[in-house]
Amino acid sequence: MADVKRTVDALWRIESARIVGTLARVTGDLGLAEDLAQEAVVDALAQWPESGIPQNPGAWLTAVAKRKAIDAWRRRDRLDDRYRALAHELDDSVAGADAWQPIGDDVLRLVFTACHPVLSREAQVALTLRVVGGLTTEEIARLFLVPVATVQQRITRAKKTLGAAKVPFEAPDPAEWRARLGSVLGVVYLVFTEGYAATSGDRWIRAELAEEALRLGRVLAALVPREPEVHGLVALMELQASRFGARVNASGEPILLADQDRTRWDHSQIARGIAVLARADGVGRGRGPYALQAAIAECHAIAPSVDGTDWARIVLLYEALGRIAPNPVVDLNRAVAVSMATGPASALAIVDRMVDDGSLRGSYLLPSVRGELLTRLGRRDEARSELATAAALAANTRERDVLLAKIAAL
Amino acid sequence: MKFMLIMRANDDAKTAYENMPFSEVIEKMGAYNESMINAGVLVAGDGLADDLSEAFVVDFAGETPIATDGPYGETHELFSGFWIIQVSSKEEAAEWASRAPLGAGSKLEVRRVTDMSDFEKFAETDALKAEAAWRAENGQE
Repeated sequence: MADVKRTVDALWRIESARIVGTLARVTGDLGLAEDLAQEAVVDALAQWPESGIPQNPGAWLTAVAKRKAIDAWRRRDRLDDRYRALAHELDDSVAGADAWQPIGDDVLRLVFTACHPVLSREAQVALTLRVVGGLTTEEIARLFLVPVATVQQRITRAKKTLGAAKVPFEAPDPAEWRARLGSVLGVVYLVFTEGYAATSGDRWIRAELAEEALRLGRVLAALVPREPEVHGLVALMELQASRFGARVNASGEPILLADQDRTRWDHSQIARGIAVLARADGVGRGRGPYALQAAIAECHAIAPSVDGTDWARIVLLYEALGRIAPNPVVDLNRAVAVSMATGPASALAIVDRMVDDGSLRGSYLLPSVRGELLTRLGRRDEARSELATAAALAANTRERDVLLAKIAAL
Repeated sequence: MKFMLIMRANDDAKTAYENMPFSEVIEKMGAYNESMINAGVLVAGDGLADDLSEAFVVDFAGETPIATDGPYGETHELFSGFWIIQVSSKEEAAEWASRAPLGAGSKLEVRRVTDMSDFEKFAETDALKAEAAWRAENGQE
């Protein structure tokens, strides 16, 4: 029985997007489609241990879910056109194993609907992982370190919200396309970066989250290959993930990029990331924020060492990124790159401007970088004071320890 | 986790392929590859040339390695190609493997691809560090 469950879980990962997408198109209701698909999975778990796994398990699950949809309508006495149309389609699928044909756009509609703006980010993430990623609620809960009930509630609320807002099961209009696609990419990247947020004890969870995000990204890339930012995001994730093996030491403490053992980077993954970035460029519509970030990651990935890094190029990329996606963290990263390319004095000028502007107030990042630059300029007393400020603002003990160590080294 | 799907084919399989229209073979393989790309699981894949005129075997039995043309004769199941897929479980790998458009005489051997985590406890070994350095230098294509 345990084997059947694992097989059904595996099948759900492979088939869920297509099944739920098709059902959602037929019923016009994503929430209902997900419910029906789940009921079909329950039936599979009950029947397949005895009857064996069917030849085309995806078609089996869809046909069972459709039958349940019709039963539900029958019970509600809705003898209208939709019922008749469904009944007709069901006859087709019973007639021949391959008569059931999903439409290519179903998964795309599913992705956009699961990431609809009426939903909170958490709801988008949970729903997308559930119906597009095909994860079980237990798996989602484990990956985000929240109770299973919390995930179930998020998904239930998400479905109700979609129903209440009467969100149609459609891909967005051209006018909304860019913004909506950005939202989808944001959901995928959030799944990926949750991995960065995990503590050292969960490094394997972090790797799993990264894999899930990469898979979602690749699915998107196959759905909308003419969108350069989709490839840009996949490239960014491949390149960032390539460093996971070197980011944490044996005791679980994080290691900064500059100190990482580069032989522990996954060089196959780096090659893949570079190839995908080239694919983004190949679309010929320039580089958006994700592709630019990927290009910066590429500069690090191909460099043999910190000193051997093309910092001047990184500065240019951060300048471009800062113009199209203004963000104080980008400015700070640019300052760090400038300090490597030109020297700490030029970088300090940038950081001082940010301080005057009140950027990143309350964050340890700005005083941390300022302290580092002052250290390199030999202004030790000022550095000490700045790093102490940063340590006091540090968000957790790990960050604080790193800063305190820098003070001690002065 | 990553799995490698290793294709092995004996003479029955080769005969069957020869009797099938070439376009049909290509189409089925293409559809299979596409299904894995669309699912976001395909990481790598290549076929090995059937023509063995450029193939050879290096044997390490003696003190000096010896290269001979081949593999011929003794080999019943020739390694003819591979895929590498990124999936979450052995069961998922099994499901994808079972969908390969292969027929009688073909087998898919499915093996997990090791990653750095498998060598964690040996991380300090000089030989492994050297291997990692080699991979770094050579981009491990």
